[in-house]
Amino acid sequence: MEHYNMNLTLKVWRQKNKDDQGRFETLQAKNISSEMSFLEMFDVVNEELINEGKEPIAFDHDCREGICGMCSMHINGRAHGPWNGTTTCQLHMRAFKDGDTITVEPWRAGAFPVIKDLTVDRSAFDRIIEAGGYISVNTGNAQDANCLPVDKNKADLAFAAAACIGCGACVAACKNSSAMLFVSAKVSQLALLPQGQPERQTRALNMVAQMDKEGFGSCTNTGACEAECPKEISLTNIARLNREFIAAGFSSEK
Amino acid sequence: MLNAKIPAGPLNSKWEDYKGHCKLVNPANKRNLEVIIIGTGLAGASAAASLGELGYKVKAFCFQDSPRRAHSIAAQGGINAAKNYQNDGDSVFRLFYDTVKGGDYRAREANVHRLAEVSGNIIDQCVAQGVPFAREYGGLLSNRSFGGTQVQRTFYAAGQTGQQLLLGAYSALERQVALGNVKMYNRHEMLDIVKIDGKARGIIARNLVTGELERHFGHAVLICSGGYGNVFYLSTNAMGSNVTAAWKATKNGAYFANPCFTQIHPTCIPVSGDHQSKLTLMSESLRNDGRIWVPKKQNDTRKASEIPEEERDYYLERRYPAFGNLVPRDVASRAAKERCDAGYGVGTSKQAVYLDFAAAIERYGNIEVGKRQITNASKEEIIKLGKEVVAEKYGNLFDMYAKITGENPYELPMRIYPAVHYTMGGLWVDYELGTTVPGLYSLGEANFSDHGANRLGASALMQGLADGYFVIPYTVGNYLADEIRTKAIPTDHPAFVEAENKVRDTINKLMSIKGSKSVDFFHKKLGKIMWDKCGMARNEQGLKEAIEEIKALRAEFWRDVRIPGEANEFNPELEKAGRVADFLELGELMCIDALNRRESCGGHFREESQTDEGEAQRDDENFSYVAAWEYKGDGQYELHKEPLEFVECKPTQRSYK
Repeated sequence: MEHYNMNLTLKVWRQKNKDDQGRFETLQAKNISSEMSFLEMFDVVNEELINEGKEPIAFDHDCREGICGMCSMHINGRAHGPWNGTTTCQLHMRAFKDGDTITVEPWRAGAFPVIKDLTVDRSAFDRIIEAGGYISVNTGNAQDANCLPVDKNKADLAFAAAACIGCGACVAACKNSSAMLFVSAKVSQLALLPQGQPERQTRALNMVAQMDKEGFGSCTNTGACEAECPKEISLTNIARLNREFIAAGFSSEK
Repeated sequence: MLNAKIPAGPLNSKWEDYKGHCKLVNPANKRNLEVIIIGTGLAGASAAASLGELGYKVKAFCFQDSPRRAHSIAAQGGINAAKNYQNDGDSVFRLFYDTVKGGDYRAREANVHRLAEVSGNIIDQCVAQGVPFAREYGGLLSNRSFGGTQVQRTFYAAGQTGQQLLLGAYSALERQVALGNVKMYNRHEMLDIVKIDGKARGIIARNLVTGELERHFGHAVLICSGGYGNVFYLSTNAMGSNVTAAWKATKNGAYFANPCFTQIHPTCIPVSGDHQSKLTLMSESLRNDGRIWVPKKQNDTRKASEIPEEERDYYLERRYPAFGNLVPRDVASRAAKERCDAGYGVGTSKQAVYLDFAAAIERYGNIEVGKRQITNASKEEIIKLGKEVVAEKYGNLFDMYAKITGENPYELPMRIYPAVHYTMGGLWVDYELGTTVPGLYSLGEANFSDHGANRLGASALMQGLADGYFVIPYTVGNYLADEIRTKAIPTDHPAFVEAENKVRDTINKLMSIKGSKSVDFFHKKLGKIMWDKCGMARNEQGLKEAIEEIKALRAEFWRDVRIPGEANEFNPELEKAGRVADFLELGELMCIDALNRRESCGGHFREESQTDEGEAQRDDENFSYVAAWEYKGDGQYELHKEPLEFVECKPTQRSYK
């Protein structure tokens, strides 16, 4: 693989705290190697800012291997940037070329208030899980794991839905800031498995109710969420959530 | 004298016996007992969920924006359990034996046996929670092999096992949050332990969003904050992984055990340049099918594809025919370093070896041809089918490799090199997971207990969940049963005030230095000292130098670090500074411990102590003990020894040949 260095212009959202109005700041990133990850490029820029006595750009990140879901940049109008199926931390600078201007914003959604610069508060997702994203089984209650065979195809579909990393890109990509892809991934995972059956109806109803309460918008099936999801969670999960929700609404005893 | 509180009686009935006799707390009393849990990885989340279910009042803390992001999430390959679903000769004893042997006879037998005993329950619990493990067409669970074993006992969910297990524990935790049994504190970092009358009674935490310091009372405190691999700067740990909670415990009287036992994982993506911020693991499961090799010729500059089969040295298969590519991690890492140091390394840096799937692709292709009854399959067809099978098994890992390196691992062999991955050392705990401070417990990677001098693959997830789901609910109850008369202590107690003042002073001191170099500057320098002198190979001279260099670096840090911004706001640089300050102390202790242990064992390789064939040479006569270090003030530590007794596994020279 050929490597090259580049100079870039960054337009980065700066916002001191949640009450600050915020603005774009233009910065130069010099001598960036194509081998760096996007966040390593930010490390270089921040090191420079610190050396100049300025405040570094605050951004969320942790595992830097695409699985923790902490990183969250909106890059040139796309959640997690130009590569499909990729988190910001796994986006590498060979996606860009010398002289490029890159615009970086935080997730934009009412339900994800900005904490500082590119860092947002995604605790709404935790509260949606609290509303029903689990199977109620206390420690010690389980039977032998192989007493419950699961159809491999369903197990695979459940796994594909469970791969959601809860990063919020689906919300950021959606013009309505809908959290349907996130909610549908968890509802699908558990609805597809036999273990999830007892709470299937209440789960769908309660998680959707909490989603609405948090201020996420409605789904209009544009598919932007699926296109930007770094784990490529399928839109069919939203169809399944709709079926689950409607069926639960008609037949639930509650 | 350290008391490990190992129950009497035969090894295989100790845990049964303990459970039958430990004290219980009645449900009404549980409601008045508060437990603080630091960290929400597998150990912390499972403990918080289980203790919440029992009715204790739990407060859980994590520095990330959600408990679901703890670094357990990044574990790839799998979780071991002695289920023997494959009928291939596995048993509790074998898992126990493999773990003690894999740890090079430096783990406590009783703890490891308990771990093996509860391993099966973990799988049951996780399946009940809806964890989507890989399955066979008959609907039953699938297994694969990992290093250091000859049975298939590893359960997995593609290359995302840690993620699925953590999300299972996280969902159980969130359920308890909804029920009001657990209160979750995201974006909070514990900065000190509060002790009253010698017992752990609470913590001081910093709200990372507002910068405010908070006081929290607990009848017991559980440190589940993971390992300290980031002392090396470059490691497979997450950027935020740190030793701070465990280190504050150490400074409050908890002994730190075997700090020099660090695991260097053999299969990671090599360093590409100075900008590198972290290293990425390629799961050990890849060694099920991948073959590791280097050219037979030194400084061979040919491309991998141009090197014919007979000019390749499959050095693990050559040196260790019985285990081949599936030798334990310490052995595989040292063998890679040996080849690279001798001039056989590949890639531009020459600090890499090949991990090659060509043979596996062809083998799987042929199997598919047979399964599908295709006649006269062309070579291309076979390869295509083989790639599909490999993609199903390891697809996400191959994708990650391609994104990071820009190379296609289906066509070219992967380049890999060892990297810091896991730390076997940690807070010293007794059989009940209690530290030397009453009421202060430690679970998961943060403690030292189960892996000796080397951890086997797929055993970290097992230990984290064993501690959290199945051990601590019993052992903490045994302590709390005597605390039912202790009312919640108001946090205006002088001990809380004093601890908070101490934390505030440290923060103010850091902020007031206003020096000239960033936190990362110091962290990188420390990492280089540690890697060069306390890494894969250590010797007396290097360790002595390292101790002096770290002392000097620490002094420079406190004189010249620059932290922008304010203390009373969201300030990631301040967070990093506090963590690096602790690493600068821990690093020294690691070198002191490595210097003291004049033997090689597991991941700890002292160049002075090796066999004629270059294998680690233990010295059981002098070093068959756990080294537990007591903090005695700035840079001063006193060594306490816990002798290790082996009743069931008699120590032998560990052989994988």
